[in-house]
Amino acid sequence: MKKTGGWRLATGASSGADATGTLEPGRWALVRSAVDTAPASRTTAARDGASAAPTSNLRPAASHCFHCSEPLNGSTLTARIHGRDEPVCCAGCLAVAELIAGAGLDDFYRFRTAPSARPDADALEEDAWAAYERPDVADRFVTRKGELNTVALLVEGLRCAACAWLIDRVVSRMPGVRKFDINAATGRAYVEFASEALNLGQLLRTIAQLGYRPYPASDEAVAKVRQEERRSALKRLAVATFGMMQVMMFAVADYAAVLGGETMDPQLASYFRLVSLLVATPVMLYAGKPFFLNAYSNIRARTVGMDVPVSVALLLAFVASTWNTFTGIGEVYFDSITMFVFFLTLGRFVEMSARHATTAVTDALTRHLPPMAHRMHSGEVQDVPSVALSHGDVVLVRRGEIVPADGVIIEGDTSLDEALLTGESTPVRRAVGANVSAGTLNLQTPIRVRVTAIGEETLLSGIVRMLRRAQSQKPAIAQAADRAAAKFLRYVLLAAGAVCAIWLAVDPSRAFEATLAVLVVACPCAFSIAMPSALAAATGALARHGVLVTNADAVESLSRVDRVVFDKTGTLTRGEVRLQKCTQLGSVPVAECLRIATALERMSEHPIARAFADAAASSHDADTYRVTNVRVAPGRGIEGEVNGRRYRLGRADYVAELRHDNKADSVADEPFATVTLGGEREALAEFTFSDTLRDDAPAAVEVLHALGIETEILSGDVPSAVSQVAQRCGIRTFSARQSPEQKLQHVQARQASGAHVAMIGDGINDAPVLGAAHVSIAMGRGAALAHAAADIVLIAEHMTALPRAIETARRTMRIARQNLAWAAGYNFCALPIAALGLVPPWAAALGMSLSSIAVIMNARRAARATKDAGSGNGTRRGTGAAGAAGSRHSALTRHAAAATARSTAAVARQNALASAATPQPPAT
Amino acid sequence: MSILFVLIPLTLILVAFGLWAFFWAVGNGQFDDLETPAWEVLVDDEPRDRDAEIVAKRE
Repeated sequence: MKKTGGWRLATGASSGADATGTLEPGRWALVRSAVDTAPASRTTAARDGASAAPTSNLRPAASHCFHCSEPLNGSTLTARIHGRDEPVCCAGCLAVAELIAGAGLDDFYRFRTAPSARPDADALEEDAWAAYERPDVADRFVTRKGELNTVALLVEGLRCAACAWLIDRVVSRMPGVRKFDINAATGRAYVEFASEALNLGQLLRTIAQLGYRPYPASDEAVAKVRQEERRSALKRLAVATFGMMQVMMFAVADYAAVLGGETMDPQLASYFRLVSLLVATPVMLYAGKPFFLNAYSNIRARTVGMDVPVSVALLLAFVASTWNTFTGIGEVYFDSITMFVFFLTLGRFVEMSARHATTAVTDALTRHLPPMAHRMHSGEVQDVPSVALSHGDVVLVRRGEIVPADGVIIEGDTSLDEALLTGESTPVRRAVGANVSAGTLNLQTPIRVRVTAIGEETLLSGIVRMLRRAQSQKPAIAQAADRAAAKFLRYVLLAAGAVCAIWLAVDPSRAFEATLAVLVVACPCAFSIAMPSALAAATGALARHGVLVTNADAVESLSRVDRVVFDKTGTLTRGEVRLQKCTQLGSVPVAECLRIATALERMSEHPIARAFADAAASSHDADTYRVTNVRVAPGRGIEGEVNGRRYRLGRADYVAELRHDNKADSVADEPFATVTLGGEREALAEFTFSDTLRDDAPAAVEVLHALGIETEILSGDVPSAVSQVAQRCGIRTFSARQSPEQKLQHVQARQASGAHVAMIGDGINDAPVLGAAHVSIAMGRGAALAHAAADIVLIAEHMTALPRAIETARRTMRIARQNLAWAAGYNFCALPIAALGLVPPWAAALGMSLSSIAVIMNARRAARATKDAGSGNGTRRGTGAAGAAGSRHSALTRHAAAATARSTAAVARQNALASAATPQPPAT
Repeated sequence: MSILFVLIPLTLILVAFGLWAFFWAVGNGQFDDLETPAWEVLVDDEPRDRDAEIVAKRE
């Protein structure tokens, strides 16, 4: 029974796609945020309540697609789900919905909490996965062990846990699948399957048919290392925590006796010491191992890191305590040791979690390249793996395919979506002789390309390299802090040595104790967590507000920012094309022109068609218009007869030709922003399109100005568009037509003149400049490579999150400075007392713990201050455990936020790939 | 107070057991994904499969 399920699924999908494959008018789904659809789910709540059908977490409105929550745009397709006919917007959604329902997995629609990604109808129809059925391609990704194959996949388009559940159900049912694990947070899946029953291509195709985008993961080694790191850090933390709690239990008995002025039963006291030693040993040797290893490598490199005095103090205290345990004379410091190790381990764990949560995308490059290329060989098309291409080969790139290598077009005239490289959404026209880059998407006609650069020589690889270099040149404030700490620590070591020498001269019996007291008291325990704890609290709070901090240094840098540089497309604007203005040129009213244009564009697959459809959504009259004899002039426009009259829609000169008016009145500067509609006798109307500004962008800019921060736009777009956006946002400084190199130079020039620059961008072209800025901020929906370079990712779809983040960063740094002052003050006050040998061991231990706790408590304010009403969770308990729980809590929140960021990024990129998101030349 | 000589080793054994269990869980990947499993409990088994099992049992 289970075995047949998979096959039924596969056939169901292909028939669904075939039956309706060509119907879909609005295939070019414009990027929409999940936020847009939120009100939609509310409106149908009442309807759901009345019916017996199972209620869903997310139910799109009747006028929106049941699967992806996009507007229906006149689609009459329906899919049968839960025994009801639900409307869907396109063939892709229909195929996926029918596949899900046909497999009896309708429950997916009840459990999901976010609308599904709109599947790409082309990807469902065309078999992009056939390449992976070939053993020579599959072997690059699959690990064989006898008959059993293991493969790691990355699945894009996961929006909530229900997606993971759906894929799990479907893939587990496939014949030959032995084991399937998928992580909803990272989209990483592991499949074990029998090689004779299944191959990689079938596996990927099945997942793709569900509306997701699977890739064989090629960064397995990195992921494995990261997993191992996390696991061992968890184990160390557990050992340190358990050990600390046990040792403190015995130590408290000792403190109580001393405070009460009593003496403990000597037998019991030595028993406690022995047990403490027993517990502290694994804490030292296992949990503390990284510190000793670090200190060792520091010493070998002849530098002084934080770990050197830590290790010295730990070793001294441990050896002395062990000695004292067996001799029964003097004090033991096991409580101090374990607590010290615990706090340090906790700090490192929080730091590591933050680091891991961010660098999810490591092989963005390979994912953007197709696995197979069509190589022309003596007039025939051969399918070869892309890696097998060499210089001088001629490859065929069909419509909707990604260019596999850099090259020159030798045949064909098309437009390419270069958004992955340039971040600018407007497709670019490329004719014979033009250069094309690997990773760009062919949108129109098939082209033949002579390969000029492959693999590492390609522009895409170059940009990745540039990014890495920029990252390595990053002005690291952390380095300065480290240098200061190293200096301080050197003084601590010197002070300890001096104290030791003086006491040896004065009273040798107290020398050791005093030296140790100095090391413990001066050892910057509270000092070392002062900064990280404030930062952890702040990053947790920011994550809850949709601002993901991926680099701990970023908060400090952000608090100093005095200039914010925006990349226009997709940051200040939404990256969607909208009809902005209709101007009547002839005798026909604007509304009628709009209907004619909409009817004409309905015949086209052009993204502008969607903008027309949106604009004319209220008037359905266009549906009744009969359009015949449609001819498309690539790059120029579309011609057709609407209700028997001939019209042209497109560039002004093309439209003018119809009325034999050869006067070129085309607006040369902005070929894509304006479209003209004309008949045989006169020009009728001019439509102006623009990218829409984010509603809150002007407000955000205003708040930034109020914070004393200057703003600036650096865009690759045409000057008129940039100046318009700048004007509407109130930004005075802007530069248009900037290449990635120019942007980089510009930002570096600003930095050289002393500005502290935050750069906001979303394209891969922004990656180098993002890497060079003091603080780099990427939009949640931008290219994944930009995320990899960014310190901060704005998941929230509102720009006002940015000034709020800056405010939070400033407050956090204030709190961190208070913490540092407190910790340093404590250290410096206690140091002379300890040096004089006046600090009893229990006081030193208690003082150290209380000082640490005070620091953590204060740090929590950074998180609470940004919340509307602080819950005060755990803050009044006044125990170390409460503070620790707080830090852990924020780490978990960040983890969850990272998941959201990842899936958002994945979805955005999927949409970009699938639908060539935004404007394009007006004609197809 | 001599009971402590029994109770403390007992706690240590319990702590050791707890740590061993935690290590096992970490090694088993229980802490690798803290998100998906939280959802799995909310998802019903497939009725069709359950029905099939019941039918199979009856037969």
